[in-house]
Amino acid sequence: MSSHVSDWRDAMLQTVPVMFGYLPLGAAFGILFMQLDHPWWGALLMSLFIYAGAGQFLAVTLLANHAGLLEIAVATFMLNSRHLFYGLSLLKRFQGAGWRKPYLIFALTDETYSLLTSQRHTTLDRHDHACAWRISALNQLWWVLGTLAGALAGATLEFDSRGIEFALTALFIVLTLEQARRLRKALPFLVALVVGLGAIVLLPDRHLLLGAIGTASLVLLAHYLWVDRRQENRA
Amino acid sequence: MSETMLLLVIAVCALATFATRVLPFVALSRHAEHPLILHLGKFLPPAVMLILVIYALRNFRPLAEGSLNGGENGLPLIVASISVAVLHVWRRNALLSIIGGTGLYMAMIQLGWFVPG
Repeated sequence: MSSHVSDWRDAMLQTVPVMFGYLPLGAAFGILFMQLDHPWWGALLMSLFIYAGAGQFLAVTLLANHAGLLEIAVATFMLNSRHLFYGLSLLKRFQGAGWRKPYLIFALTDETYSLLTSQRHTTLDRHDHACAWRISALNQLWWVLGTLAGALAGATLEFDSRGIEFALTALFIVLTLEQARRLRKALPFLVALVVGLGAIVLLPDRHLLLGAIGTASLVLLAHYLWVDRRQENRA
Repeated sequence: MSETMLLLVIAVCALATFATRVLPFVALSRHAEHPLILHLGKFLPPAVMLILVIYALRNFRPLAEGSLNGGENGLPLIVASISVAVLHVWRRNALLSIIGGTGLYMAMIQLGWFVPG
């Protein structure tokens, strides 16, 4: 039992940076949702069953504009389509995760993906899946708690939290440095730098992430084919 | 707006979001061991991570519009980010780097340092 408690404490420590980001962002979503005169449980259901930051803000906007259901479905799918590429790199990792697998897939936000792919996992076993499950569940807990605080307490929240969402940027910086230390190869970082800066110059804000992550995946695919062919020629 | 409509919209958004997350697992489940998938599993996460950093810092636009920085809060963003990186290379304590950098960023935003008036 005590090892169970320490497992959760470890997971909790790993998700602290996400907590700093998700509580205020979730609260911001809750406040925005209530300003449009929807019942509070709508915000709760969204954070429980949609669980996508930008996706939920978009849903609120589309609701306010009385968009059609098909339009809402297409817009949401397009906005979140970068997640398609996240699954690609976790296919093997989630194999054999059993009853946890559907939730692990459902809860795959940018931040959870970042934490999971930065973990050291030497063995692909039940222990790893249990760790991943604890991190995923805690991250969603922070998001749901933030949403509830925003929806129920709303404007009465006194704490001046301006700027606290920088915790997510800081988390991504730390995880990038950790990935670089582990991998010791320049390739993915060069690809990301060129593609990321190129996307900022060339693409409108709403297509930026999808464009950059999709292009990076294609470049890595081309690199794979190139290496593969060279090895064939040598053989 | 009726409550039924609200529930319907939530259901549609939930399905569309889940579809983006589950599709690779459904379509490619048999190919998890394929060398290409392993290649992407190795190189895609670090690339995505750096892209998320670049995306988060896109408001830093040096020399845009004739000023030192054209974007809103761009200078605090970049100062705090460099602090996080330096802290992390120096002490290699993730929580320390993140909390230190976030505290510095909040101070700059709330006290108005480096924020164009």
